[in-house]
Order: sequence, then C-alpha cells, then structure tokens
Amino acid sequence: MSESATPQNFDLEVNGISYPISADQGKNLLSVIREDVGLTGTKEGCDDCECGACMVLLDGQPVNSCSYLAVQAQGRTVTTIEGVMQGEEMHALQRNLLDEGGVQCGFCTPGMIMSAHALLDRNSNPTPEDVKIGLSGNLCRCTGYAKILAAVEKTAAE
Amino acid sequence: MSFTIAATVEEAVEAMANGARPIAGGTDLVVGARHGKSALPDDLVAIDRLAELAEIGPGPGGHRVGALVTHAQLMIDPFIVENYTALADAAALVGSPSTRNVGTLGGNVMNASPAMDTGAPLLVFGATARVAGPGGERTVPLDELWTGPGTTSAAANELLIALNLPMPSDRCGSAYVRLEYRRAMEIAVVGAAAGVTLAEDGTVASASVALSAVAPTIVAVAGTDALNGLALADAAATAAELASDQASPISDLRASDSYRRHCVGVMAKRAVDAACRRAAGESISVPVNRALGIGAA
Ligand SMILES: Cc1cc2nc3c(=O)[nH]c(=O)nc-3n(C[C@H](O)[C@H](O)[C@H](O)COP(=O)(O)OP(=O)(O)OC[C@H]3O[C@@H](n4cnc5c(N)ncnc54)[C@H](O)[C@@H]3O)c2cc1C
Ligand code: FES
Ligand code: FES
Repeated sequence: MSESATPQNFDLEVNGISYPISADQGKNLLSVIREDVGLTGTKEGCDDCECGACMVLLDGQPVNSCSYLAVQAQGRTVTTIEGVMQGEEMHALQRNLLDEGGVQCGFCTPGMIMSAHALLDRNSNPTPEDVKIGLSGNLCRCTGYAKILAAVEKTAAE
Repeated sequence: MSFTIAATVEEAVEAMANGARPIAGGTDLVVGARHGKSALPDDLVAIDRLAELAEIGPGPGGHRVGALVTHAQLMIDPFIVENYTALADAAALVGSPSTRNVGTLGGNVMNASPAMDTGAPLLVFGATARVAGPGGERTVPLDELWTGPGTTSAAANELLIALNLPMPSDRCGSAYVRLEYRRAMEIAVVGAAAGVTLAEDGTVASASVALSAVAPTIVAVAGTDALNGLALADAAATAAELASDQASPISDLRASDSYRRHCVGVMAKRAVDAACRRAAGESISVPVNRALGIGAA
C-alpha cells in the first residue's frame, strides 16, 4: 500500500513520458494535465462530467478527466490529444475532421478525437449507430454533429 | 487526509476500518463532490486495482460478478448477455462510454440511488451481495442492503466484493427498460426489469418484476404469481397494473408523481413483453431500450 499526506507526490505517465507530480489529493486529472504537466490541448467545458471536452484516454479507454482524481491515475497510462499526433503528421481523425468541416470553434474537437480514437481502437468497422454511441458523451455546440460523424466514418473506412 | 491504493481486499478492509472511504471509478463519489453534493472524503482508499474483484465467473449456487466489473464489461460479456440479459440492458444505458468504462457495478449498488439502473435487474434475478469486513465475509440479500436513497445496511468498514446471481432456469428471459428523455448521459425517469420463465405451452410459469425511481429504493413488485399461466399480452398487462399500483413515486423537476406512476406501468409491460420474447428464443439486441426506440433519437 502506498501512503502519504497531502500534497500527494506521485508519477503520472502522459503520452509516454513520466512526470513527477505534487498535487492535492482532490485535484482532478484535467487540472494536473493542464497546469502541472503543461499540456493544454485537453479542454475544460462543464467541469461536471457532462460535455466530454476533457476526454483523455486512461489505459486506452476514454475517461472524463474533469471528474477523475489525478492521484488515482498513477501507475496507469494517460493519452491526451497531444499524444495522438504522429510526429509532425496529423492523425487520420484530425485530418478527416478538418477535411469534412467537422471543426468550427474547435473546443469540443480534442475530446471528440479521444472518444473516436478509443472507439476505432476496439471497433475498426463501426456502424453509424456505433459511432453515435461512441461519441455520445461529447457535446458540440457548433457543427450539428453530422460532419463529425462523417469524419469518423471516413477514418474507419480508410 | 490520505489516499492509498489497496493491493488486496485485506488492505482495503483495513483502510476502511481506519476510516477511509473506498473509491472505485469515482463517477458517483468524485462527480458528487465536485457538484457540492457532499465533500470528497478526507481519507480514500482506491480499490480499482483489485483485479480479483473485476471478474465474472462461476460462484456459489450460480454466478458471481465482482464488484469492480464495469458497465462496459457487463454490457458485452457473452455470458451475462445470454443468461442475465436485463443486467446487460441496464449497464448499456449508463451514462456514456467513458462513464461505463470506469463506473463499476459495485459502485452503482453501494451508491444506492433509487434511480440506479442495475438494481432492478439484480433484484429480479434474486442476487445477493457478498461483503467483506474486519470480521470476515457475509451475504446480504439486496432488499436488506438498500435502506433508503443513498444508504445501505453495510457498515462503513464493509467492502462489497461481489454480487452472486442464482443459476438461470431453462426457458427463461429477462429485460430492463427505462423511460429516458434522451439517449445518453441520462438517468432513469422510471424503469422496470422483468425476469420470466415460460412453461412448455408458452404461458408464464413464473415471473418477477422490479422497479427503479418510484420509491426510496429499488423495489420488487409483489404478487407477480398473478402472471402465472397467462399468455404474453395478458401477463404484460397484469404486470403494468401491479407496477403502477405499487409505485410510490415523487414529483420533481424531471416528472410528476402521476406521470411516473403511469409510465412505470408502461415500462413494466414492455419489460415483461421483451423478457417473454427472449425466453421464447427471440433475439432482441441489448439494450432493449434501443430496440424499442425509447428516448429521443
Ligand atoms: C455522466 C454520468 C452519467 C451517469 N449515468 C448513470 C445511469 O445512467 N445509470 C446509473 O445507474 N448510474 C449512472 N451514473 C452514476 C454512476 O456512474 C454509477 O452509479 C456507477 O456505477 C458508480 O460506480 P463507480 O465505480 O464510479 O462508483 P464510485 O463513485 O467509486 O463509488 C460510489 C459509492 O460507492 C462506494 N463504493 C464503491 N465501490 C464499493 C465497494 N466495492 N464496496 C463498498 N462501497 C463501495 C463509494 O465509497 C461511494 O460511496 C452516472 C454518472 C455520471 C457521472
Ligand atoms: S469538462 Fe469534463 S465533461 Fe465537461
Ligand atoms: S466545434 Fe465548437 S463545440 Fe464543437
């Protein structure tokens, strides 16, 4: 059992790099990623587990980082939108979202990509209904969703 | 203030004996705290690495679903989908993919919300809770576990380790249906689960029905032997009447008491209908809510 008093000191692996963190035990994963790790691609929308702007992958599965304790993510692997780029090259999801016009203000986009990424990892041939369910925890206030769904379906078909 | 990660059930129970609250997925605990519902407990013990509690397998008198099994696991587990379909129906409705990936069956059961989705299926199957405390393990029937909204009869130092489900019988089927206003990130306005065993002639041999969000806890419907011997349509109509009669719902922002009372009958009817059809061998995909087109598109 690992035990310590506040602040908690632990290592957090984000996009393959281990960061030493010292943070309150109540601090959420989102704030630690943005403030302590310094990666600001992950967004805070509602801070209430409703909108999905804060979506990251924990051991490859989507999690709302606004509502997950950072200290509980130690020993697991976190992937953020910054970890999705392949070097200088955009991930197919990023490229297709741009091509299909699935990005307007862009605030929901990182979260959408993380959810879509997790979906395509476990289901490389999703039905349109599967894509809708896969993105059902992500809100977009701009696009009306159709172009986002099209971009994910296009990526799956590539 | 402390945060520990338990490596064994014994470590978790010991931390709880010292005042720590267990945290599994945190989708109730952390979200509730950030919401201001109740502050995050000072002392937490993370139980999410207890791999032995994340398994589905044979258990005493039937099958055992570990407390850490997630909704995402439940909704696609072939064994659960085949034999305890209503539980898969319920798990598939919880939140969104991310909620289902971290949210656990044990957290759902111990959070004891009257609107929880896995509760009605578990009651219908006659599930019991296996809890571990400093003095050892004990088994608690679910109707004795849930004592009110957000409260259980388990002591603060008792860890839920598994739900035990009795063996399914031949020609049985089950379903869980809930009224929802949208298709994701919703909680049940009302819900109903049904478990049915059919006689050789296709009439109901035995049935059980349980309801969500119409009482301070999940409740079983009494007098379901009135369904015995009835054909599908009559059995479903009888279940609707019993459910509406026995519901004691509240009015809140989401629905009035009279609307809930009416709709829980409709849900019970649909649950019995789907359970009978599954028992007869018809394939209705999980969750049955989607197959029925409930909730806005
Ligand atoms: C956006 C969103 C949507 C949701 N939608 C639904 C829904 O549709 N239907 C539904 O039913 N629920 C829903 N929930 C609620 C929640 O996701 C579920 O209740 C989930 O199963 C809780 O599991 P958890 O592991 O996250 O619990 P936690 O938050 O970790 O724990 C919940 C409570 O149970 C206690 N606890 C946890 N595990 C144990 C154990 N093994 N032994 C003893 N005590 C324990 C904790 O101390 C805490 O008090 C939703 C939540 C969110 C945030
Ligand atoms: S910021 Fe986390 S879900 Fe909205
Ligand atoms: S592009 Fe603006 S919220 Fe989706």
